Amino acid sequence: MHRTGELYGQYKTLEQQKETATLGMWIFLVTEILFFGGLFLTYTINRHQFPTAFGVGGNMLSLPLGFANTVVLIASSFTMAMSVWSAQTSKKTLVPLFLIATLVLGTVFLGVKVVEYKQKFDHHIVPGRNFDVTYCAKNPASVCGLTEKDHQDEIKEVREGVEAEGGEIALNAHAQLYFSLYFGMTGLHALHMIVGAGLLLWLILESRKGRFDANYNTPVENIGLYWHFVDIVWIFLFPLLYLINRHLA
Amino acid sequence: MSNHSEHVVSPKLYAVILGALLLGTYLTVQAAKIDLGRWNIVLALTIATIKMSLVILFFMHGKYSSRRTQLVIISGFFWLAIMLGLTLTDYTARKPEPSRSANPHALTIHRA
Amino acid sequence: MSATPNSNGGEQKLPSENYLNATYGIRSWLLTTDHKRIALLYLASVTFFFFVGGIFATLIRIHLLTPAGYLVTPETYNKLFTMHGVAMIFFFLIPSIPAVLGNFLIPIMVGAKDLAFPKINLLSWYIYLIGGSFVLYSFATGGLDTGWTFYTPLSSIYSNSAVTPAVIGIFINGFSSILTGLNFLVTVHTMRAPGMTWFRLPLFVWAHYATSLITLLLAGLERMFHFGFFNPAYGGDPILFQHLFWFYSHPAVYIMILPAMGVVSEIIPTFVRKPIFGYSFIAASSIGIAVIGFIVWAHHMFLTGEATYAAIAFSFLSYLVAIPSAVKVFNWTSTLYKGSISWDTPMLYALGFIGLFTIGGLTGLFLACLGLDIHLHDTYFVIAHFHYIMVGGAVMGYVGGLHFWWPKITGRLYPEYLARAAAIILFVGFNLTFFPQFILGGLGMPRRYHNYPPEFQVLNVMSTAGASILAIGYLLPMIYLTWSMRYGKIAGPNPWPATGLEWKTASPPLTENFHETPIVDWEPYDFVHRPDLGLTGSKPKVPGKLSPAHGDD
Repeated sequence: MHRTGELYGQYKTLEQQKETATLGMWIFLVTEILFFGGLFLTYTINRHQFPTAFGVGGNMLSLPLGFANTVVLIASSFTMAMSVWSAQTSKKTLVPLFLIATLVLGTVFLGVKVVEYKQKFDHHIVPGRNFDVTYCAKNPASVCGLTEKDHQDEIKEVREGVEAEGGEIALNAHAQLYFSLYFGMTGLHALHMIVGAGLLLWLILESRKGRFDANYNTPVENIGLYWHFVDIVWIFLFPLLYLINRHLA
Repeated sequence: MSNHSEHVVSPKLYAVILGALLLGTYLTVQAAKIDLGRWNIVLALTIATIKMSLVILFFMHGKYSSRRTQLVIISGFFWLAIMLGLTLTDYTARKPEPSRSANPHALTIHRA
Repeated sequence: MSATPNSNGGEQKLPSENYLNATYGIRSWLLTTDHKRIALLYLASVTFFFFVGGIFATLIRIHLLTPAGYLVTPETYNKLFTMHGVAMIFFFLIPSIPAVLGNFLIPIMVGAKDLAFPKINLLSWYIYLIGGSFVLYSFATGGLDTGWTFYTPLSSIYSNSAVTPAVIGIFINGFSSILTGLNFLVTVHTMRAPGMTWFRLPLFVWAHYATSLITLLLAGLERMFHFGFFNPAYGGDPILFQHLFWFYSHPAVYIMILPAMGVVSEIIPTFVRKPIFGYSFIAASSIGIAVIGFIVWAHHMFLTGEATYAAIAFSFLSYLVAIPSAVKVFNWTSTLYKGSISWDTPMLYALGFIGLFTIGGLTGLFLACLGLDIHLHDTYFVIAHFHYIMVGGAVMGYVGGLHFWWPKITGRLYPEYLARAAAIILFVGFNLTFFPQFILGGLGMPRRYHNYPPEFQVLNVMSTAGASILAIGYLLPMIYLTWSMRYGKIAGPNPWPATGLEWKTASPPLTENFHETPIVDWEPYDFVHRPDLGLTGSKPKVPGKLSPAHGDD
């Protein structure tokens, strides 16, 4: 690993070295756009075909938790940007503090996701053999922690939509599609966050040695780019997964 | 020596952007509770796109980056647009599937 | 170190210190970050996979000697063509020119000491090996029978073959491509020596720029491979798989051809002794092919029942992509006009490329036509079409490039007359193998079938006969190139001579490529104002036209 702020190998100037690294990160992020894009494409096509099933599935997600997570992640982007600012203005002691804040917020996010995933497991809406989107409806309200009002399937509009999309049996299959996408997309996103957390940890350790200042802050900037990208993915995931047909609730 | 290509954004501006993002999140949740028919998704995606733009321009320093970097960012979206747009020319132009409820026991072939 | 008398009567030796002998031992190779050594590591591995794919091809052609097919069972036959495709496409064709020639040459051509990210370069080789291991494991434990296209639901639900490890391996291999592409893109953008403005860059670099762009974006997409939303039982759509698959794989085929075009653009001016015709058009058309190549993918799906509106759009766009390719062919051919042509081996490959690529490309237009494709889809016409481009095009570009830069890479020359003979054998064998397949396809012989109606036997036998000649055409270079590494004549820095920056370094180059950062003050392919090239002959009769080179001292 090369020393801080030193030219190494094939570079002629520090500026060239920094530009190169940043360009490399942006190009990598473009590949990530296409990567997630494929999943968004799949989502679009399936929701276009089965809007009611997606609505039923979407209403089973916890809006408060989703909203909280969105706020947490946006805040973490802010703290990340602030850590870059601290490095750029050579406020070396602030750098690790903001990075730690970012890491904490990111961990909170992941913790909430664990809670959500467990909830789905309990409610039998994890795709697989035990998947049953009507599980909560068939059981007393207390089992899923729902009130009578939350029973989507009793709403007339939903009933009509379900009929149009193939009936009750098909509803289970299509809802499974929705939850496959839910777990696939948020799971992939969470995986990226875990990688990001690892990178932040490394960054925190290095920044505590005072490595980053106005002369050299490339890793902070570039890991920041990665972190912001992961935030942007969530900015789209939240409305697409959590905010379908909420007016019916 | 500071790179002249590096533009330092002030914390105040970051805070403003943060506020805008949080406001956008709140708005999108409230909007979802109103029935706007097919405009719900349009509104939600519009708000999300604005939020994304703010993150890219300010948090990711997109506004202050070189032309080359900006070209790279735009090309990413260009390709995403192609993937979504052209594939949807297939899916949206297909004839609708026969309805199951006409004969619930019929085997429908999922074809275009 | 052997010495060879050169044309001036003096002794030529290999440079005493070069990248090959700078350090010794297996660790210095396996842990190298020198782009030139990494290129050789790739050379060894892609050649290995070429053998693997070639063995499967051999078995296929032997099996198809008789209408009923006597060599293998139908299930095994499915595995043969699948594994041939997987090995060749993902582990030979896609990496070959970029990872071998590109890795070696790009830093030198732009005047840099190494690529932007040398350690990432080494990492990409190891990732390639890991991906390859998964695929070899899949081959060894039951093989793969889904076709290299992995269409669902056969691949996702019904196949009993080792699909999962293969898909994992290809997925991992995609990262290798991303990293290589990223490296090239960043290097070209940020590490050019002073004076090497964009339009002075050799066209080879332009081709890689376009290729890298595609490689990056697509290898990213490839990861979509195994997310399972293609099961109709859940309302999923197998056609969605095809959309996602071809969104990646069609541009992937442009990854395979663009670098080969870059090679041809380097070779032709060298052996015609004049600048390439229409430099900026060739550069622009590389980018054009890359961009348009992204929006044509569903022409692989005309017969899936996709919406007619979409089919029309994709058909139109597929015709469009032929235009930049045609521009290149016209420009290469125009370069020959009033040039001083010599028939050295690389030139034979380049000329062969132009002819065979043209046939392959034109037959692509047949397939892009909706009405014709109904009859030609999934027949041997398609197989002939893409082999003309991939083998007649990409592989010939690769082999031609290897010959062209061999003196630079190894410091030695291969035996010229034997090499020319091998090139001709390859060309004849290739056409005998694949031209009959156009006819077979037109007559209706389906692809991926283990048997065929008896009336097609003659053409199939011709094809197999051609394949055996083609095999000799490939084996010969493998033998004499290897031989030349030890016994070949010393080449000197610029044996052809050619005008690129890479020919100003020693053969083989120093580890750091240049003693000092070079400053470029000449236009590309400028043979007239380069007295250092030592081109003999009296005053040219035609301005810009110079005497032929010696290629066979």
